[in-house]
Amino acid sequence: MQSQATYNYKVVRQFAVMTVIWGIVGMLVGVIIAAQLIWPELNVVEWLSYGRLRPLHTNAVIFAFGGCALFATSYYSVQRTCHTPLFAPALAGFTFWGWQLIIVLAAVTLPLGFTTGKEYAELEWPIDILITAVWVSYALVFFGTIIKRKTPHIYVANWFFGGFILTVAVLHLVNSAEIPVSFFPMKSYSAYAGAQDAMVQWWYGHNAVGFFLTAGFLGMMYYFVPKQAGRPVYSYRLSVVHFWALVFTYMWAGPHHLHYTALPDWTQSLGMVFSLILLAPSWGGMINGIMTLSGAWHKLRDDPILKFLITSLSFYGMSTFEGPMMSIKTVNALSHYTDWTVGHVHSGALGWVAMVAIGCTYYMLPRLFGKMEMYSVRLINTHFWVSTIGVVLYIAPMWIAGVMQGLMWRATNADGTLTYSFVESVKATYPFYTIRLLGGTLFLVGMLLMAYNMFKTIASGKAVDAPVLEPAAAHA
Amino acid sequence: MSDFVSGFWSTYISVLVLVSVIGCGVFLWMQDKAKYTPGETTHHVWDENLEEYSNPLPNWWRWMFYITVVFSLGYLAVYPGLGSFAGQFTWSSQGQYDKEIADAKAKYDPIFESFKKQDIRAVAVDPKAKEMGKSLFLTYCAQCHGSDAKGGKGYPNLTDNDWLYGGAPEQIMTSIMEGRMGVMPAYGGNPEAIGGAAGAKEVANYVRSLSGLAHDSILATKGAEKFKQVCSACHGLDGKGNQAVGAPNLTDKIWLFSSREEAIIEIITKGRTLQMQPHKDFLGEAKANILAAYVYGLGGGAVAAPAAPAPAGTDAAAAPKTDAK
Repeated sequence: MQSQATYNYKVVRQFAVMTVIWGIVGMLVGVIIAAQLIWPELNVVEWLSYGRLRPLHTNAVIFAFGGCALFATSYYSVQRTCHTPLFAPALAGFTFWGWQLIIVLAAVTLPLGFTTGKEYAELEWPIDILITAVWVSYALVFFGTIIKRKTPHIYVANWFFGGFILTVAVLHLVNSAEIPVSFFPMKSYSAYAGAQDAMVQWWYGHNAVGFFLTAGFLGMMYYFVPKQAGRPVYSYRLSVVHFWALVFTYMWAGPHHLHYTALPDWTQSLGMVFSLILLAPSWGGMINGIMTLSGAWHKLRDDPILKFLITSLSFYGMSTFEGPMMSIKTVNALSHYTDWTVGHVHSGALGWVAMVAIGCTYYMLPRLFGKMEMYSVRLINTHFWVSTIGVVLYIAPMWIAGVMQGLMWRATNADGTLTYSFVESVKATYPFYTIRLLGGTLFLVGMLLMAYNMFKTIASGKAVDAPVLEPAAAHA
Repeated sequence: MSDFVSGFWSTYISVLVLVSVIGCGVFLWMQDKAKYTPGETTHHVWDENLEEYSNPLPNWWRWMFYITVVFSLGYLAVYPGLGSFAGQFTWSSQGQYDKEIADAKAKYDPIFESFKKQDIRAVAVDPKAKEMGKSLFLTYCAQCHGSDAKGGKGYPNLTDNDWLYGGAPEQIMTSIMEGRMGVMPAYGGNPEAIGGAAGAKEVANYVRSLSGLAHDSILATKGAEKFKQVCSACHGLDGKGNQAVGAPNLTDKIWLFSSREEAIIEIITKGRTLQMQPHKDFLGEAKANILAAYVYGLGGGAVAAPAAPAPAGTDAAAAPKTDAK
């Protein structure tokens, strides 16, 4: 018998809609700065100059787009897999409005030039405090829901969401430790100095990738892939091994961002070897996701949501192979500071993070608005192809440009002088910047198609909260 | 290694790392011993139909994992990583850098040294030295002076005949080796004599008159007196500057910043400090010699005839530059 209570879908709806909106905003800023690299005259005023828009782009796509997707999917799946509505619904509502306020504050303060200068943690101290408040609330809602679950076991997606929430709390608190000096203009100084500051920053930076953009999104994968495929997850044991190995190993990998710097050699070596060990745990998630489809490959032919999900896992596997490879010192000596890094990041960010988030959002939207499917399934299919071509057009030129830059920078003449001046390498990069802009624009166009599809779906549907299900009968 | 304040931390890190790396392998091995029932689920169900198969770890994946663990242990045996243990190869990034520099010196220094013994005027016309000088210029100088050496706002053009510190080979060499620091204090250090912002406007008009630019002649006449009293100390009574202190010639049409009246007033009222850092420790005399020859040979120094005395500004026929705005 089904109980009368319903799942709390309101906050899921709010976050799901904002995922699409912030995705468009963040990617639009990305397209603008990509254009500024080709046409510097587009740096019209200081508020909209490359240096200020770039952190706005990264914050918007990671924390606004990615963050809203994580909130939406984790809230959706945690209550469904725990067979109970969200714990503390008012607090859940606060996480939505608090998170939106943080995003708006970021969109105002970053162009105005308020920044801590710490990559992916640029927001100044009053916003940092607000982030802490929202994040603690998020943890209370999530773990509260886990505690009041109706099932004996915790579903694998929730391990990943839980690991992501806990770790991001630690990362944020440690890396953003700073001494405020004024409220307006907002200004603070990091609690760390020199090489320690760099190490803390990249311990944070890499784990922002590892937990915010990987563990959290693997949580999404573990709920929505088996759901959409209608098949059991490939291997329980694999999920156990790769979960613990992933969360343990990621913690060590940060120093690979600081190869050949003032960081001590031993620290750099540890960053490299743990990055290599990280390859197998990362691929564990890809295998478990893709192999879930084993025996049902035909579903890929006509299910565009599944196309998004499975393609995202392929990109995930590709970038988690590329990452350990780039962490090898000799490879890094070539790749570091080049556009190869930018290509690598975007194969993960567009190919993995954005595509899996898009797929999950397409899964949720009709269910949140009382529909059987999206307004137009064909449009999802178009979106899929537009964004897939967009990703390829983005990352391929960046790879080529990066390797080219690395080779040009190290080329020497017979007399030991440099063959190319820096600006020659910039000039040689222009064609690739242009192709990249095209790829990024295509990805943005895909998001606009999604927004159209979403609003049409919402317009013809109405907000529906599904009834809470009783857990399946006692296990055999 | 001196990174550690005590031997404890080295041991701490070594133990932690070894336990962690080996732990990854042990964890994999222990988990792998579990009983599998391939094709069957674990009999746990969530949200109607979420289940997990009890499939074993893929064989190739398991071995890939083991290989990375073994590789890591091998790497840490030969490279630094376990605290202060240097590794069997005793490799260090500092050591690698020192060796690469030493190798480069052994290989390339003779090439540079061969030019060091020659007169800069002779080096300036040597085609090989010109090529090397161009590479060096694009690496070390272009950031400020531009790829074409024509400078930019606040950075001198090195291809014309106007020199702040002199265009003779020795003077260029000194600029590169020792660097230059030009300081103009606000109001020339004497705001009373200039007469504040209003006085600065008068002086600015006089300065514009020196190079034949449009100006208010009444203001300029007042400014002339003040210029004589204050500015001439560096810029000379005739306004033609003084290369000994890097004071620019104000009578030509070459402007390091701008010839606009407001821009001149800003410089008078706020002063200016322009610096080029010394390069002797960084580049060494041999490379600086080639660079000096390259800059000299750009045509602004003098007609590059080896024997000519070539004082600055002999190439007077060169067309005066327009404002470097």
